[in-house]
Amino acid sequence: MPQYKVLPGPEGYLPPPAALMGVELPEEGKALVEGETVSESDAVQKIARKILAAKNPTIFPGPLVLWAWSETACKKAQLVRELAAEAGMKIIPMPDYRPKYPMINPAVEINPNHPNLTIWHNKIDVCVFIGVHCHYANVALKIIRGGTDCYTIALCGEYGHEDAMITLRDVTVAKLEALLAVVRETKRKL
Amino acid sequence: MSKKNPLTEKPLDYMLFKAKREKQFITGSEAVREAVRRANIDIAISYPITPQSETMHLVGDLFAEGYVPEYFRGENEFAVMSQVAGAAMAGARVFTATCGPGTMRAFEVFPMWSGSRLPVVCSFMTRGINAPLTIQPDTIEMAFLLETGMIMLHCETARDIYDFNLAAFIIAEEKDVHIPVGVFMDGFFVTHTRELVDIITEDVCLPKYNPQAAPVPTIDMETPPARLMRDPFVMKSNFVSYVAHASWQQEVRAAAARSKKHIKKYLGELIEIENPAAPTIIVASGTAVSQAREAIKLAKEENIDVGLIKVKVVRPFPKDEIVAALSKAKKIIIPEFNIAGWLAKEVAAVLPDNGRIVATPRVYGGMTMPPEILLEDIKQAVRKQTQ
Repeated sequence: MPQYKVLPGPEGYLPPPAALMGVELPEEGKALVEGETVSESDAVQKIARKILAAKNPTIFPGPLVLWAWSETACKKAQLVRELAAEAGMKIIPMPDYRPKYPMINPAVEINPNHPNLTIWHNKIDVCVFIGVHCHYANVALKIIRGGTDCYTIALCGEYGHEDAMITLRDVTVAKLEALLAVVRETKRKL
Repeated sequence: MSKKNPLTEKPLDYMLFKAKREKQFITGSEAVREAVRRANIDIAISYPITPQSETMHLVGDLFAEGYVPEYFRGENEFAVMSQVAGAAMAGARVFTATCGPGTMRAFEVFPMWSGSRLPVVCSFMTRGINAPLTIQPDTIEMAFLLETGMIMLHCETARDIYDFNLAAFIIAEEKDVHIPVGVFMDGFFVTHTRELVDIITEDVCLPKYNPQAAPVPTIDMETPPARLMRDPFVMKSNFVSYVAHASWQQEVRAAAARSKKHIKKYLGELIEIENPAAPTIIVASGTAVSQAREAIKLAKEENIDVGLIKVKVVRPFPKDEIVAALSKAKKIIIPEFNIAGWLAKEVAAVLPDNGRIVATPRVYGGMTMPPEILLEDIKQAVRKQTQ
């Protein structure tokens, strides 16, 4: 069986989860790019290039960054703002996980159960998930791959996400700072 | 007021592979008690049903001894499984057990555990569910549980019961898994018989569960908004709702697939293979494996070469492992303790050439499976193979 590639969609009516197509989460110190295991530094470089080349890159900070009452969450939130400013990214929060009825306001927020609405509305071509609980990130990333052509990046505090096109695992404040430095350096070279 | 657990926390790999053990002559039910003693659980909730009652009675003793902080009896199995869900959503490590008609009464809650990503560990002491009423051994309830989304481990021996129950908590709580684990043991055959089990003798237990690392928020005031259930988008009739439900179900299956690497780390391969080059291979799970071992000994006395695959993990189903292990088998015999033949169906569904399967012997309703009838099926299969 050829190796399953995790690529921008729209992949179809109901694409399979990458985990069931043989894509495995990266080991410590590694990352995934489009379903393949790579070094973390290669993935960071690729993230920097992707967001700097995008027309409308957007960060989706979730509750673990927006609301968590910890020093780490505060520092991560500050770094998210710095990253957005440096890379010219929009910030659209995922404040909670409730489906929004009768309709979400896609200009101001994103929801894991219907993330495609926000991506379509804002014409987002590259997005970055951070601080979203893993289950909700996985559900949202797969829906995005199914119905949009958005390139997805997941900065995960735990083990990473197979359904993102690029995923880093164990993302700490230090790793976010390193990513920010690479973005600055890449931008300088452009 | 809860008593403090007197044991020292150690990682599971220490517990399973390094801690000192000694042989104790105990029943399967007592093996569950010994696993739960060292699992550092927060709460156990029980409701009696034979042959499970003894197990949760013994877990009640652990409460009295200070190893289990909270313990109560629910109103019935549906209530218990719902109370278990509430405790798990609040970030507690929970244990319960049931069987047979109790499993069926609680059934609605099992897929809810999986869908809500709750790392509950539940032991099932399998028994018949038919009318007229039977309390006797039968693995039919496993057929119903196959698509609930839970991980399903099937024990052959009391040693399996001890190790699988202990490991189940950590496998269930892995951040990339976080779904319930059902540990299945054939009622009476292994729950009420004694055997030598290597029991940990050190005063050690698993580390506490950390709900803050879970893939879903716990219901506490630190992670607003607190949700009483996971996002009730069920009532909306539109594509967005449908695709969210579909993706949600896929994610539960993906979580089960991720559990394979953790199961392998703690419990070894998903299947155990003996004599894989034999032309005839028995595929079995639970105590049918023990009966197969006896039948293989009898076959050997008659110079019939028979191999064995012990299926330890029923969900996630070890498809690739089984297909590879059976690639050269000419005949595949699948003995079962239920009328449905769910294991035979599972194997037939993944094998490219499943005409090799002989789905016998099949006994149920409390019947035993004498090795001699299994030997007869082996001989018949071999005769057909040589014709």
